[in-house]
Amino acid sequence: MSTATQDSAVSSGKITRTFIYLVLLMSALFYLLPFFVMLVNSLKPLAEITGGNMMALPQTWTIEPWLKAWSTAQIGVEATGLKPYFLNSILMVVPAVVISTGIGALNGYVLTKWRFRGDTLLFGLLLFSCFIPFQIVLIPMATILGKIGLAGSIPGLVLVHVVYGVGFTTLYYRNYYAAFPTELVHAAMIDGAGFFRIFWRIMLPVSGPITVVSVIWQFTNVWNDFLFGASFGGQTQPMTVALNNLVQSSTGVKEYNVHFAGAILAALPTLLVYIVAGRYFVRGLMAGSVKG
Amino acid sequence: MGFLDISNVTKSYGNVEVLHHVDIAVQEGEFLVLVGPSGCGKSTLLNMIAGLEDITDGDISIKGRVMNGVHPSKRNIAMVFQSYALYPNMTVGQNMTFGLEMHGVEKSKRDKALADVAKLLQIEPLLDRKPGQLSGGQRQRVAMGRALVREPDVFLFDEPLSNLDAKLRVDMRTEIKKLHEKLKTTIVYVTHDQIEAMTLSTRIAVMNGGYVQQLGTPKEIYDTPTNLFVATFMGSPAMNILPTKVAMIDGQPHAEIIDGSGQAVSLPFSQTNMADWVGKEILLGIRPEALTDPEGADRKSTNIATLQNTVDVIEPAGADTFVTTTLGGVNVIARMRADTEIATGQKFDFAVNMDKAVVFDPITKNRIKP
Repeated sequence: MSTATQDSAVSSGKITRTFIYLVLLMSALFYLLPFFVMLVNSLKPLAEITGGNMMALPQTWTIEPWLKAWSTAQIGVEATGLKPYFLNSILMVVPAVVISTGIGALNGYVLTKWRFRGDTLLFGLLLFSCFIPFQIVLIPMATILGKIGLAGSIPGLVLVHVVYGVGFTTLYYRNYYAAFPTELVHAAMIDGAGFFRIFWRIMLPVSGPITVVSVIWQFTNVWNDFLFGASFGGQTQPMTVALNNLVQSSTGVKEYNVHFAGAILAALPTLLVYIVAGRYFVRGLMAGSVKG
Repeated sequence: MGFLDISNVTKSYGNVEVLHHVDIAVQEGEFLVLVGPSGCGKSTLLNMIAGLEDITDGDISIKGRVMNGVHPSKRNIAMVFQSYALYPNMTVGQNMTFGLEMHGVEKSKRDKALADVAKLLQIEPLLDRKPGQLSGGQRQRVAMGRALVREPDVFLFDEPLSNLDAKLRVDMRTEIKKLHEKLKTTIVYVTHDQIEAMTLSTRIAVMNGGYVQQLGTPKEIYDTPTNLFVATFMGSPAMNILPTKVAMIDGQPHAEIIDGSGQAVSLPFSQTNMADWVGKEILLGIRPEALTDPEGADRKSTNIATLQNTVDVIEPAGADTFVTTTLGGVNVIARMRADTEIATGQKFDFAVNMDKAVVFDPITKNRIKP
């Protein structure tokens, strides 16, 4: 009797398992398909796309669309390709990520280890910034950027993204440091380390996982942002805005292969960040949230 | 005036006073243990000495220098934490010299101090490891080493052994005592374990409810507790407390107790001032080792009374046999020799060492002093 039940349990387990894997496989295909289409068509001559099947592999392989998208495609009125805008994006993303992560770490440190009257209220207000829609702040932000002379510049964009990012980074670091034993801070105080020394020598060296989370989060958000880039970018527009200009241009032939190549170029940095640091991301996200 | 003076120290959180006018003067080289149940204020007091908590009222001074408001690092103290608080990103060696580095001690002197302490604690092979790679006992040693390299005026220990398993705890206890005897340093040690308090200290401060209940040598605390709390908190198994009436028999005051069968038995007091209490209720405190089998009774005692009572429970503990019986309507534990021949339900002769008995006022809960 008992063996019979076990048999049926095993076989039903097999069916469930097959079903689960099937669903997973289909989900994976579903998400990979658009990428496949983009990649395949970015490596074809334009004639093959207009005259043939979107799903088919290229008959003549070419990297011409990639080169064109990168350096000679018409963006707006100039034929510069995406290259200068890619540089703009890098110049915006790197300082924005570094500064917002740094401030977030410092905030988290103060809010957990140097508590003061009203610290929870302050944290609540910081969290509030995570929930304010971008559109609401466009006009006040434009006014402020104009007044401090940063309108239409990369430092202006960096400022906007830092202000928007600090809420999230503070949340991450505060939750992470809440689980960090306060006795260690006390020990360091007795050892004679001051406020910044404790932060630099004791807290930061063990903040790896949460720093990865913060960096990935900030990098993807800042890189992918379109609204702020289009509104405040001026002459120094980021990659996302340039890609839009490339794809939406209404004159001439629609060069789909160039568009596909450009879109992949625009997505590449975030993809790379995920591939390099992705597994730490999940780990860090859990560490921060569960013990908070 | 002591080496470490805690005078009239009070701590409040808002309107709640958690420590009330604590006065302790610690002499140089003394090993003071603060002991008490959770929430008695012992850790708060230690943190105030360390400077991790503000002093609401009163003064704490070390070597005559008032420490109120002085930063922890400028008090020349070192602290060993319950969780050891080793910096996880640094090696053992870096952990131990971090304090010296922060105080601007030059590298050659740091290395010398590290080598000396590592040798003393026998942790030389561990110096390049990270704390995560150490066992509990090794971490404990490193935590002590980190305190030792500083050569501070006062060492503060915050329940340092409570994270270790039972056997290691006993080993480390001996180790700490050895270290103290060798180095003759001034130590303030917080624990809730009364055996640690008894074995390690030169003096104990028993705390409860934010008050120091009694301050004295381990022997004073054990033999002459000032009140019922100290009497029952210190010692394991705890002191037996019997509700008793004082009666005058043959011109001598006796403690009259109702035994297990409802009969009154009377035990003559050794204490001489009990005549004032004749006819009144008192609480008689008898430690388990003062209630034993007749052969095991203390030969030096001048006043051994015997009483016959029924044995309820027998607990052989290896070195001793603990016997539970009913006296004065409460369970009473007697400590007997391991090979005492005794059976449950048997009528057995218990020997009571009345020299060691202590008497408490049932209303004030304070000891009636001889």
